[in-house]
Amino acid sequence: MRRYSPKDNVQKKPYYTDRYYVAPQVPKLDVESDEEFASDLAAIESKFTVSESYIQLDQLVVYIDIADNLGVLELLRDERAYTQLSELSAIDWLAKDGKFEIFYQLLSMSRRKRIRIKAYIDEAQPVKSVQSLWRSADWSEREMYDMFGIKLINHPFPKRILMPDDWEGFPLRKSYPLQGDEAASWYEVDKIFGKEHRETIGAELRDCAKVDRYDTERFSRLGFEVPKGADISGGEKRKKVQYQEDGGVFLIDRFDEEKTVIIRDKDR
Amino acid sequence: MAQHQVDYTKDGGLPIALTSVDKLINWGRSNSLWPLTYGLACCGIELMASGASRYDFDRFGTIFRASPRQAEVLIVAGTLTKKHAEFIRRLYDQMTEPKWVISMGSCANTGGMFNTYATVQGVDRVIPVDLYLPGCAPRPETLQYAVMMLQQKIRRESANKAQKKKRLL
Ligand code: SF4
Repeated sequence: MRRYSPKDNVQKKPYYTDRYYVAPQVPKLDVESDEEFASDLAAIESKFTVSESYIQLDQLVVYIDIADNLGVLELLRDERAYTQLSELSAIDWLAKDGKFEIFYQLLSMSRRKRIRIKAYIDEAQPVKSVQSLWRSADWSEREMYDMFGIKLINHPFPKRILMPDDWEGFPLRKSYPLQGDEAASWYEVDKIFGKEHRETIGAELRDCAKVDRYDTERFSRLGFEVPKGADISGGEKRKKVQYQEDGGVFLIDRFDEEKTVIIRDKDR
Repeated sequence: MAQHQVDYTKDGGLPIALTSVDKLINWGRSNSLWPLTYGLACCGIELMASGASRYDFDRFGTIFRASPRQAEVLIVAGTLTKKHAEFIRRLYDQMTEPKWVISMGSCANTGGMFNTYATVQGVDRVIPVDLYLPGCAPRPETLQYAVMMLQQKIRRESANKAQKKKRLL
């Protein structure tokens, strides 16, 4: 059986820092810079508490208290003409401060404006369902439960939507390993044949198309192209490759890596 | 009057007649391979193209059927998710013997580029496979070639012997 190493702290030690380009933040503008948004914000602030607000990419972002989510959204729908809920989900900040960030993205067709309502919740804190305001929230909230494990109050059918009902864990949490945990990696075997047949089927073969770092000189880590001949080993010892069985094959010479030459003259 | 009378019911039975029956059955089987309409992802598009007029699978006697009870070839065309794994197994079990499986494309062969928690890493973890087609997605010609290879395989098999059980367990 495959060894399972817990990956609870992957978010704390980001292993990808040097692999991906981290884009700088888009500047945040003051809400006063847009009259319509300013009046929207004033309408929300007159009844509810707002902890933070700014305009980013022509969209108003407002942080509210999660207890007010139904009230704020109803006000925006009925009095400010934000008639559509285009998206709703959560962001996992558990490793940073133990919280989820919930966002509701609204669109006003008549005013041609978009607004985003955000709120923080604790890990196990349930959220009031907004599907009474928009039917589209029904599936989005189910997906939020499915992917993050955020519980919902007053939802008509709070069940998983993408993953199977007997799935373990919530895959979009940062602590969930990309290739699945123990339960995920044996899911189909356990379900079809039963746990006792794990040995017969064997562990999953991952990365069938793995390219050895030394297969070509220019194949480097993701996100980088290096000049030819640059050292990309990262301190890793070169492994001897063997393309043939130990006994050799009848009438065929065995490939001997020691006798090979790398031709560096590219004009040859 | 015949000088060399041979009693075909004795002395080794009916060797010629038996192979002929074998060949006849295999000829029939290999030229009427009915696959299940079963496209799972992008490879399914190539599968549909193979069935349509340009590549015209009907001329091989390969006619897509909508029910596993009428099908004898399962062409797994696409990404098999873990959620769907039990259903592919159920469809396979519902097909009548003799049955064959073609795994089409990298996803069905090995999980392909979907090295994630939700994809089965190769359908052969769930059902036994006869032929693997490489490619992402394989062209309809490749699928045609696979069907021809499967026909060859069937013609080489013995028809009157009970089919060897192809089970993973
Ligand atoms: S092998 Fe390629 S084309 Fe086929 S299902 Fe997978 S990703 Fe799609």
